[in-house]
Amino acid sequence: MAKLELKYGNHACAEAAILAGCRFYAGYPITPSSEIAERMAELLPRHGGAFIQMEDEIASMAAIVGASFAGAKAMTATSGPGFSLKQENLGYAFMVEAPCVVVNVQRGGPSTGLPTQIGQQEIMQSLWGTHGDKLIPVFYPGNVQEIMEETIRAFNWAERLRTPVVLLLDEVLGHMRETVDMEQFTPDKVEIWNRKMPDVPPEEYLPYKPGEDDVPAIAPYGTPGYRGHATGLHHDYTGFPTTNPEMCEELIERLIRKVKRNQPEMEKNEEYKLDDAEVAIVAFGTTARAAKTAVDMAREKGIKAGLLRVVTIWPSPEETLNKLAKHVNAILVPELNMGQYVLEVERCAKGEAPVYRLNRANGKVIYPAEILSKLEEIVKARV
Amino acid sequence: MNVPFEKVLEKKESYFKYLRLDKLPTIWCPGCGIGQALKATCMALYDLGIDNDQVAMVSGIGCSSRTPGYFDGFTLHTTHGRALAFATGLKLFKPELTTIVFTGDGDCFAIGGNHFIHAARRNIDVTVVMINNWIYGMTHGQVSPTTPLGSQTTTTPGGNYEPNFDVAELAKAAGATYVARGTAYHVTELKKLIQDGIKHKGFSFIEVLSPCTIIYGRKNRMTFEEMYMWLKENTIPVKAWEKLPEEKRAGKLPRGVLYHDDSRPEYTEVYWNRVKQLSGGEK
Repeated sequence: MAKLELKYGNHACAEAAILAGCRFYAGYPITPSSEIAERMAELLPRHGGAFIQMEDEIASMAAIVGASFAGAKAMTATSGPGFSLKQENLGYAFMVEAPCVVVNVQRGGPSTGLPTQIGQQEIMQSLWGTHGDKLIPVFYPGNVQEIMEETIRAFNWAERLRTPVVLLLDEVLGHMRETVDMEQFTPDKVEIWNRKMPDVPPEEYLPYKPGEDDVPAIAPYGTPGYRGHATGLHHDYTGFPTTNPEMCEELIERLIRKVKRNQPEMEKNEEYKLDDAEVAIVAFGTTARAAKTAVDMAREKGIKAGLLRVVTIWPSPEETLNKLAKHVNAILVPELNMGQYVLEVERCAKGEAPVYRLNRANGKVIYPAEILSKLEEIVKARV
Repeated sequence: MNVPFEKVLEKKESYFKYLRLDKLPTIWCPGCGIGQALKATCMALYDLGIDNDQVAMVSGIGCSSRTPGYFDGFTLHTTHGRALAFATGLKLFKPELTTIVFTGDGDCFAIGGNHFIHAARRNIDVTVVMINNWIYGMTHGQVSPTTPLGSQTTTTPGGNYEPNFDVAELAKAAGATYVARGTAYHVTELKKLIQDGIKHKGFSFIEVLSPCTIIYGRKNRMTFEEMYMWLKENTIPVKAWEKLPEEKRAGKLPRGVLYHDDSRPEYTEVYWNRVKQLSGGEK
């Protein structure tokens, strides 16, 4: 039986984090994500967890990595400028393999930009923001129900792969109230994954020796006998710095491979009326909601449109996008930026279909009618 | 006297149990004072009877921040300036771990200044051992927030013209409840200062004056011996300092416990007591 509740997007994220086992939150006030911190400040003490408002964004990212090393499932939430500030320590978390979840409720940028208005301008930053190569899972839900699902999924993948995971929301999603069916979120129905623990005695313990799955089993700090060292420097199996080129290569290749090899299992999309589609829209987050309506409007006008709503933004669904390009005559990528994910769609389409863009970065959403007229334009040009 | 490294290891000192002997010798230059601070920390832990499994050591970037690599505990070598922020997360989630931060004047007071004042304000039970060598050593000699006026550095040709911090006063003003100053010359005394800092329940700050012989010494034409003699002659035990007339204090520094307040509540204790009231203490 459905258990319907009206939920606020940012609160849903906080509540799902608690369900996923999050017991540490560090954050810094920033619009439009602050309600996540406020909800965590209420919930964590009641669930025996730690909440701390840090002195800045950099410190918040640092604190969750520190707590993660102590064994906590840890999270922080931020927005645009704060996400920029967190990048160095996000790279550190990737390098030392500290499981954690970083929520970015996107607003308009660059710089202080449009703090109270929507943007989708951190599609690239979430992957490429830190210096050095990196591949981390980035999930982007499209409604409040899905915010809960994706928050839990973000924690699960973070723990399983020992990696930071970025959860992208946007201002509209974060500030939206929507009905959620809580039936699937009763604690006994939520699937929880936990990080693996070392299965060797302390004298054989090598914290950064990966298993078959490319994931090392690092004991939480404080586990008797399993002392270890972690550094942002290139390191070997012991965790100590090395400049040995073979070891450095093995490390950076493994860090990327451990995420990449799980792409098929991690991939999550919603396909809407794609079966007979001649023109496809690829969209995510709030823009995908408008795109869905646009598909229906287009169909009423006889245009065979469909939608691929991407939820796992990174690693991108390469094969799916390539197949889509082979299946349709044209692809449209509407997004609230000056053209970011469209570059990835173009890369994956490999010229199989022309890829069109619809961009906006002025704090306003793209309306279904605007997508529709773009679709009409494309169809006209293709005939 | 030059004692071969192997001979040092043969002595099997009691505090060796806190060292990762296989990682020695250290990367530090001859005459550097960081080794003495590490030794003093190990001796302090030994006398306090704190086991390796009970200690976390966190650092940022710089010469002093390489210390955790040689310390056999739960060690985290993090990003530049952020050690205290990482340590805050670790300590808050696992308050049972004795948490020590090794840092330097640039790491702690330039790039990490904000984290320092806020960790002190919270009075979180972390012991900060701050190696003050008046310069950025690892990057080869740039001016730091503690470089004395007039000193030569690679980024102040002609001498430093920026005023420096009195870091002990800064720590006290920010809310640290244990503030001490020791030197790499007075190792036995330093051990006692660090020991009291670890014992103190609250934010402890120990400034360790430590010569950067190779970089600062060379730039400022001071030999290894002159730098250590400077520490011996220009730092004065705090009791003697208090009796010293103002005109005789110029160019000298007090050393010992400069401030100690046991009355303020400690951060993690305050937090987890609130949790106990709200949740019944379950984690």
